[in-house]
Amino acid sequence: MISENASLPSQPQTRSRVSKLSAYLARSLPLYIMVLPGLIGLILFSYFPIFGIALAFQKFNPGLGVLKSRWVGLDNFRHLFALPEFWRITRNTFIIAVAKTVALQFFAVLFALMLNEIRSRVFKRSIQTIVYLPHFLSWVILGGLMLDLLGSTGLVNQLIRRVGGDTIIFLGSNVWFRPVLVVTYLWQEVGWSAIIYLAALAGIDPELYEAASIDGANHLKQIRYVTLPGILSTVLLVAVLNLGSMLDAGFDQVLNLYNPVVYPTGDILDTYVYRVGLVAAQFSLATAVGLFRSIIRLLLVVVGYWLANKYTEYRIF
Amino acid sequence: MIEDKSWGWRVFKAFNYLVLSIVGLICLVPLFHFLAVSFSDRAATVGGLVTLWPIRFTTASYDLVLKAPVFYQSLIVSVQRIVLGVSLQMAVTVLMAYPLSRTAKSFKGRNVFMWLLLVGLFTDWGIIPWWLVIRSLGLMNSIWALVIPPAMMPMSVILMMNFFREIPQELDDAARIDGASHWRRLFNIYVPLSLPAIATLTLFSIVFHWNSWFDGMVLIFDVNKQPLQTFLRSVVIGLDTSYLAMPQRMQEEFLLFSERSIRAASVFLSMVPVLVVYPFLQRYFVTGIKLGSVKG
Repeated sequence: MISENASLPSQPQTRSRVSKLSAYLARSLPLYIMVLPGLIGLILFSYFPIFGIALAFQKFNPGLGVLKSRWVGLDNFRHLFALPEFWRITRNTFIIAVAKTVALQFFAVLFALMLNEIRSRVFKRSIQTIVYLPHFLSWVILGGLMLDLLGSTGLVNQLIRRVGGDTIIFLGSNVWFRPVLVVTYLWQEVGWSAIIYLAALAGIDPELYEAASIDGANHLKQIRYVTLPGILSTVLLVAVLNLGSMLDAGFDQVLNLYNPVVYPTGDILDTYVYRVGLVAAQFSLATAVGLFRSIIRLLLVVVGYWLANKYTEYRIF
Repeated sequence: MIEDKSWGWRVFKAFNYLVLSIVGLICLVPLFHFLAVSFSDRAATVGGLVTLWPIRFTTASYDLVLKAPVFYQSLIVSVQRIVLGVSLQMAVTVLMAYPLSRTAKSFKGRNVFMWLLLVGLFTDWGIIPWWLVIRSLGLMNSIWALVIPPAMMPMSVILMMNFFREIPQELDDAARIDGASHWRRLFNIYVPLSLPAIATLTLFSIVFHWNSWFDGMVLIFDVNKQPLQTFLRSVVIGLDTSYLAMPQRMQEEFLLFSERSIRAASVFLSMVPVLVVYPFLQRYFVTGIKLGSVKG
């Protein structure tokens, strides 16, 4: 037979390829075993949920499950985009997220610059220890603290009354709710976010300052012409990487601080998904909202990392 | 740096110290105020009289919270989830980081796994699919629902992998020539040399598990199986005090605490571990964030 003849000369080669493979496996099998637990985790919690997206295109019935529920195409999205409250929460999410991100970066840079001018090590360390602390507290704890501080008998209103003002119901006011979210977020995160800028400041070559000072630059001019350019690349990098959080208005924070009175200004995509999906059990509508958010977020994250990769030295690995 | 002794600079420096001190105070004062509230009696807290010092000092609120069995029960759940969750996460992280730190030549398929990991890092399908997956795995209402899903954290695998890659290749080569298997190289070379990174990731994992409350709220229905932060939320945010052994009639005891002081006392009890440990471990956290930030 032709095939037998044809296969003859190649046989030794196949055998050596097989033995090479088995030698590789004998050596490297542990590597595949090591990857396995993580791989299972990824498949279960990063890839398996993709099938859950099917709900967004179904009239999901928990009793029937994903496989037997009726498919409705884009009906859920049509319904969603026609809801006035959908555009309201999208707008809220975007406004709150952008305000928080921009304010945080501004104040973190400012804080790092001020701390960088401190010569006393003890003072610097103490301030750092104090301002990092809120970062480690959950929003349940911080929420409890804020509800009390900003309540009608809280410390803030005590101060307002003492200087002759009227009590302000911060968490029940559509004027105040968004500023409260931004300020409490700053309170929690400014110190911690400054770490990356402090590291960048520490990396500036001291000779640059000496050269500037010999050239007659005073301290403020040194800050302007040496310090600021020295951390500019870090500031830009953080800004670019923050693109992905443009729709991340802080689920933990909002869920623990809001109430129905401030839904018009404070309800965001994540809290809406939670209420509609897990509380009211309208899974299909909630998944549609979630999918809308996930896709926009994914696009922003990819663009952010692509920009960071292209224009800076940043690599995640 | 050459010291600037000009008058303007001195003013700036004084101003700088002043502003930073105020920032520090703004971070501390709310906590002190809340502590004072937790130790004040009903009339003082309801009337909004407490500032930074307890008025008519009493430990009634603490007594009440500490008398509730649910408090201890949820504390036990929190400790359990930390022990199980942190060890599981660290095991998964270290095991996956080692093969990924190899070159694509010595570990065939490395780049495929790397892409799978990156897609996992960049995607977030939202809470409904997450909830449905955990439900379909049959984990609902069990401690495993709090422990297994966070075991795989793509970011911590990537940080660990980056750390492994900084370890000199010569050490690995020498061990390989001496006949050390991958397991021996991982546990006798890579893990001991990466202890600082492992310690940092472990700390972050402990904080994550200690602070998590949402998963306990939507995955665990049985109050006795909920972790401390979830229980705390029902008291502090939901203002649910039904689990406390409240006095039935207007008694003397009743005049000692209020919803406000109970809320404050619960918050402080749950903050104690963080406040005690945090100052000593702060520098590890700071190294950790630098580990994860800008490289190169």
